Amino acid sequence: MATLDVTASAPAPVPATVTPKAPRRERAPGSRLRRRNTLIGWTFILPNFIGFATLTLVPVVILLYLGFTSWNAFGAATFTGTDNFERLVRDTTFHTALKNTIYFAVMHIPLTLGASLGLALLLNRKMRGMAFFRTVAFFPYITSIVAIAVVWNMLFSPEAGVINQMLMAIGIDDPPGWTTSTTWAMPAIVIVATWRDMGYYMLLFLAGLQAIPSELYEAARVDGASAVQRFRNVTLPSLRPTTFFVTVMLTIASFKIFDLILVMTNGGPGTSTLVLSQYIYRKGFVENDFGYASAIAVVLFVICLGVTVLQFLANKRRDA
Amino acid sequence: MASLTLDRPAPPPAQRRDPRRTRRLLSAALLYTVLVVAAAAIMLPFFWMVVSSLKNNNQIFTVPVQWLPDPAVWQNYLDIWDKSEMSRWLRTTLLLSITVTLLQLFTGSFAAYGFAKMRFPGRDVLFLAYIGTIAVPWQAYMIPQFILMTRLGLSNTLWAMVALQAFGAFGVFLMKQFYESIPEELSEAARIDGLSEYAIWWRIVLPLSGPALATLALLTFVNTWNDYLGPLIYLRNPDIWTIQIGLRSLVSQYNAEYALIMTGSVLSVLPIAIIFLLGQRYFVQGIATSGLKG
Repeated sequence: MATLDVTASAPAPVPATVTPKAPRRERAPGSRLRRRNTLIGWTFILPNFIGFATLTLVPVVILLYLGFTSWNAFGAATFTGTDNFERLVRDTTFHTALKNTIYFAVMHIPLTLGASLGLALLLNRKMRGMAFFRTVAFFPYITSIVAIAVVWNMLFSPEAGVINQMLMAIGIDDPPGWTTSTTWAMPAIVIVATWRDMGYYMLLFLAGLQAIPSELYEAARVDGASAVQRFRNVTLPSLRPTTFFVTVMLTIASFKIFDLILVMTNGGPGTSTLVLSQYIYRKGFVENDFGYASAIAVVLFVICLGVTVLQFLANKRRDA
Repeated sequence: MASLTLDRPAPPPAQRRDPRRTRRLLSAALLYTVLVVAAAAIMLPFFWMVVSSLKNNNQIFTVPVQWLPDPAVWQNYLDIWDKSEMSRWLRTTLLLSITVTLLQLFTGSFAAYGFAKMRFPGRDVLFLAYIGTIAVPWQAYMIPQFILMTRLGLSNTLWAMVALQAFGAFGVFLMKQFYESIPEELSEAARIDGLSEYAIWWRIVLPLSGPALATLALLTFVNTWNDYLGPLIYLRNPDIWTIQIGLRSLVSQYNAEYALIMTGSVLSVLPIAIIFLLGQRYFVQGIATSGLKG
């Protein structure tokens, strides 16, 4: 655009008398320039695009085909139509994984949303030491999943673990068995996941909070709005784009939870923490049932896509 | 906290004149108390990790909790190098993270220039494809990707890990956001001076994008360092294991040697902690600016 402008405006002052000829003379170098521009544009993108296309774009397209095949990684994939999906309907382990994934998301999304917004409100102040506290809150997010999973497993240890000892100290005589219990394993994972993720979303909320013009608050204060009213009528509405973005990201992140569960419980005890992405991994890379695993992946793909589209629609309607 | 309470007796005359000041001080004290408690709670697992790495095994699970090692067992930090391949894992991961980061910086910022500063047909559709894949969970397409990688003969090599991380859509997205904030007049002036687009990228845009490059470098480095699923799938050969896979194998091999496991965990987190402290300004800035404009 910019380059085009330069050449387009350059001959403009001159022609006045040669007006009939001008357009042709202008167009010829213009289109050559445009072609050159396209070419240069592509050379910029190409080094990344080659890798991106082979390793991301193409696999996403292939996935949609593989889901309809039977394939054990040796030989060719045979097209089996909707067989895999019919098998999914009857597969109780798949049902469990789906339920667990939704269970995790339903707990993890609101908890993390609340915790990160709370932290952001707390840390959105110009006071000494705020940078330090922000750093602390963000730190868990960048540390290795394996290390934190191992540490939390020890903290969650039923008898001598730090958490249960604390619980007993405050008078809870029969603390949960956490990762050894089928009911408490998932809540334990949610706690760790929330602890890990809230710093990241806190940063997004902080950026959103800092974008709110202070005049809005002053105006509300002049009108005599209390702190709670200011929060409900100024902060929350102004934060809506951020909240929307955070919710979308958080939803996708929740549906693809994997590493943490793999290291903390490996889906157990029993199948109480088995989630979709782990089931994909198990079917594909452990049992070499690539076709079936791809079908599960298609389901995960569709869920994530569906949830995102739904959220976009809901957001649009609220805006209207 | 302590210094706050000590401060309070000092300004009584001012206090009498302005009762609001007392209230402000009190609320600040309350806020700091809340923050200190929250920070302590957040950091507890790390504190416990470090403390446990300095204990011997039977000091770790005691009732009541022993908060400080007595005596501090530094031996764990010597033993671990003999009992595991820790040094090799760390070396491999470091090499990998640096390679991936450099590649990601180059391909990401280069492509971002094409998307942000050049105009050509198909550009916006292509960019949409980039954005779209950010939302697709990797777990969904890791199988076809694995098959492709195997066909390319990259499976079970470190090249697979390089290929996996070096061409991410996220880097392009982040850099594009930043480039768009660089005024168009700047490239314009350079073009009039006869600079080629490549020269504009290299000599004008790139030097201006220090903070964005730093953000991308830090995020990529941390992601590569911490990646678990990628190496789990692609690196079957123990000789090329990364620290995350190594640590996991250490956990299953020495599953009762808690102190040793904690030592390994500390060593796996330490490089990231250092990098984070050095660059945390960029982390915060980068995520705040790039994360929002989705």
